[in-house]
Amino acid sequence: MIPHPRGAIWLLLLLLTTCAAPRGTGDLGLVIERSRGSVLIIEHSSDSVLHRIAGLGDLSHASVVYSRDGLYGYVFGRDGGLSKVDLLRGKLDKRIKQAGNSIGGAISQDGRLIAVSNYEPGGVRIFRASDLSSVVDLPAIDATGRPSRVVGLVDAPGQRFVFSLMDADEIWVVDASAPQEPTVTKFTGVGRQPYDALITPDGRHYVAGLFGEDGLVHLDLWNLDLGTKRILSGYGRGKRKLPVYKMPHLEGWAIAGEQAFLPAVGAHELLVVDTRTWQETGRVALLGQPVFAMAEPGGRHIWVNFAFPDNDRIQVVDSQSQQVVQDLAPGKGVLHMEFTPRGEKVWVSLRDEDRVEILRTSDFSRIGSLRAAQPSGIFFTVRSALIGL
Amino acid sequence: MCIDPKIRTLFMALLLVSGICGVRTVGAGEDAPSLARRGELIQLLERECGSCHGATLAGGMGPSLLPEILSERDTEGIINVILDGRPGTAMPPWRPFLSEGEARWLATRLQAKDPE
Ligand code: HEC
Repeated sequence: MIPHPRGAIWLLLLLLTTCAAPRGTGDLGLVIERSRGSVLIIEHSSDSVLHRIAGLGDLSHASVVYSRDGLYGYVFGRDGGLSKVDLLRGKLDKRIKQAGNSIGGAISQDGRLIAVSNYEPGGVRIFRASDLSSVVDLPAIDATGRPSRVVGLVDAPGQRFVFSLMDADEIWVVDASAPQEPTVTKFTGVGRQPYDALITPDGRHYVAGLFGEDGLVHLDLWNLDLGTKRILSGYGRGKRKLPVYKMPHLEGWAIAGEQAFLPAVGAHELLVVDTRTWQETGRVALLGQPVFAMAEPGGRHIWVNFAFPDNDRIQVVDSQSQQVVQDLAPGKGVLHMEFTPRGEKVWVSLRDEDRVEILRTSDFSRIGSLRAAQPSGIFFTVRSALIGL
Repeated sequence: MCIDPKIRTLFMALLLVSGICGVRTVGAGEDAPSLARRGELIQLLERECGSCHGATLAGGMGPSLLPEILSERDTEGIINVILDGRPGTAMPPWRPFLSEGEARWLATRLQAKDPE
């Protein structure tokens, strides 16, 4: 049968559009637009915006993890919203409101579970990554029956999740191999007021920052029987603590070779730690209170942004010399930095200027800029393959 | 636009008198912030205070600053916390960045059930 000529043209058009070259997700990412409750789906090969997805609720401090195929981004909103975004189709796949006040999330080693940490009600809730249906609730109730806010939630090898109880000074290691009946190992009295945590890229060491005392607490996930140990305790000793206008983040780990670079609290410094011994090996003086210290892929340079009133600045630290090698003033309200997978470019969000700046890491020059409404976090799909991110 | 010169003179005189006699608008302090500065203060509240207290100020790492919590409190106490922080906690002092008038304006705004 010969189709009507006009029909044939339509058929041809249809074929042409559906046969557009397939595209991967390895160069995609999400930029949070905090004021609008929306996210931008972007690509960083030629630095452009592909879609905007709105209606995701309160996204101040939102964070993202990715499915292992890099197709879906799971967005954790401040208001307890959990949204699953389809990066290729450019649409919201599913959204639930899972708590009142949430702080972050993680994806399990096998990619099947999403864990969300909450302030209100304090605890961790675990969902199926496929349809966001609920699997299990872990209320953060301490040994004396008091509820606590949860911070520093990360995934760890062995289908585990690790997190800290801010108001109870505990660290919990949850084995979710049998997700409905997870086994929980609790460490108590770990140090006063953990506020955030990181896991090293090899998935071995969990380190939580303490607000209530100088120092951090370390847990070796290969040797849980050794228990938790304070590290760098008293790094501010003998010095007046400077006020902190924004809490530092540890989750954007800066591990370069054998060294970890961690933001100090109440001091304008990065602390340098040997990750074999967890002893302090140096300090880097900075211009203000650091918020994020993020290592470029490869670890040569550490990029640092700052709390108010220095949140218009970035300093770049050389990991070999432990010296500041570059001072940058990209614009007002620097909130986050994200590197392309091999580190030739960095995207910088400028909340107060409604744009994202794109810089070349080799010479710190500006490559371009994109409009975004009060951009905060930037998350590239390369995270889907990294432990703890 | 053309304004009758008599009315203009009267208006100017009124302005002058209100300035000299320190006539106040309700809720404003000695050094009440200008309209432009108020805009900046609202941004500061949402962005910087919001980084600990939540963008909607409903609470985060720091407690809720919504009127349900603060409206019945002593305003002077709130002003003191804003200017000098709470030693031993994460609440920092804002005195380096805010005048007393600005802190008062912020405190009053936080307590108001229906600001503006
Ligand atoms: C770095 C985090 C942080 C920032 C930024 C911050 N606060 Fe706070 N604030 C806190 C914490 C934590 C408390 C609770 C202190 C305590 O335990 O008593 C608090 C307490 C308060 C209180 C007392 C509330 C009560 O119920 O007693 C007020 C008022 C307040 N903050 C106002 C502000 C204002 C206004 C700003 C911005 C100009 C601000 N805060 C910025 C952390 C912060």
